[in-house]
Amino acid sequence: MNTLPIACHECDLLLHKAEVPGARGVMLCPRCGAELCRVGPDNLQFLLALTCTALILLLLANLFPVVGLNIQGHHVDTTVFGAARQLWRDDTPIVAGLLVATTVLVPLVELSVLAWLLFPLCSGRRPVAFVPLFRSLQLARPWAMVEVFILGVLVSLVKLSHMADVLLGTAIWCFGALMLVLAVLSTAFDPRALWQAWEEARV
Amino acid sequence: MSWVTAADRGLAVCEVCGKVGKMAENARCSRCQVRLHSRKPHSIERAWALLLAAFVLYLPANLLPIMETRSLFGVQRDTILSGVVYLWGSGSWVLAIIVFIASIAVPLLKLLSLSLILIGVQRGAPEQSLQSARLYRLLELIGRWSMLDVYVVAILVALVQAQSLATVAPGPGVVAFAAVVVLSMLATMAFDPRLIWGAGSDQQPSERTCEPKPSTTS
Repeated sequence: MNTLPIACHECDLLLHKAEVPGARGVMLCPRCGAELCRVGPDNLQFLLALTCTALILLLLANLFPVVGLNIQGHHVDTTVFGAARQLWRDDTPIVAGLLVATTVLVPLVELSVLAWLLFPLCSGRRPVAFVPLFRSLQLARPWAMVEVFILGVLVSLVKLSHMADVLLGTAIWCFGALMLVLAVLSTAFDPRALWQAWEEARV
Repeated sequence: MSWVTAADRGLAVCEVCGKVGKMAENARCSRCQVRLHSRKPHSIERAWALLLAAFVLYLPANLLPIMETRSLFGVQRDTILSGVVYLWGSGSWVLAIIVFIASIAVPLLKLLSLSLILIGVQRGAPEQSLQSARLYRLLELIGRWSMLDVYVVAILVALVQAQSLATVAPGPGVVAFAAVVVLSMLATMAFDPRLIWGAGSDQQPSERTCEPKPSTTS
């Protein structure tokens, strides 16, 4: 029996690991129903592979235009940075910053940090600055809004479809794939496994 | 059934690594050396401050235009609600409903339900705990979807420019709207859901002066 106690981060209920039913999958708090921990595939290399895939997709998503328009022979298209530049020029730098932060910067920081932590852990070494970087990972998570951005692009396409031919850009497919990879990554990510690997790793 | 919390046993869970450690003044987590808190410090005051700021900005966010379309036929100013009406009128009912939920219903429900949770915690109503906890988890999940309209404005502004028959510029409402979304997300994060179930061991009564009764740990 594992006597290491765990406490629910949402209601502070104290539990011993053995009291929690279900050794695999998601463990829920018996009092408030919060997710206590998620026992994912016990494989850090799987997480690292997903992280690298997501990084490549994020790079492609920002190199190519997201959407384009055909208005009487004129072709216009825009990337995420193009949209941010236009917002900046139109005197709403706060919104421009928010756009770049939530769709590019935060996912980039999150994925790079994850790769930085996982790469040494996979070969049994402790990554430099593990604790502050892990903390930044927790803080960054709610601010990555790739899936909301995709829905936003779709809504704006419907609004434009009456005045011009709309074209989906390469980047929107990359954003779509990125959304799926991020979803798999967040279900497979088990913070406890990371901390355990860190404790077992060489200093 | 009686539940034992970590605070009852003089323990606290580390916010960073999740390890349970002994709570004391200036105690640090034995694994990651981060300061331990039984509850997030000044959680209720911070949540209220951010929430009130979001309430104040909710009015300009909905009344001011978020987007201005200049064309040969004049200037058209769109608020969030008129955008929904336009989508509905053009036959895209599904999108109209999605935008209505994401941009109008969710922000308002979010502000109101976080206020309800905060008032419930300050009045100390243990019978509402499970409801409040579920509501709080829902808030964390759906809050981000309100950013939808900000992205729509960003894409339209970038695409509809000088080459076409019309130009779209962002309106002052979009800044207020983005601020409401960010502030309400920050308020949700500032609030410590463990307070729903009772005060922690490092929660001084003086820290919660706005409470009518002293803390009621059941």
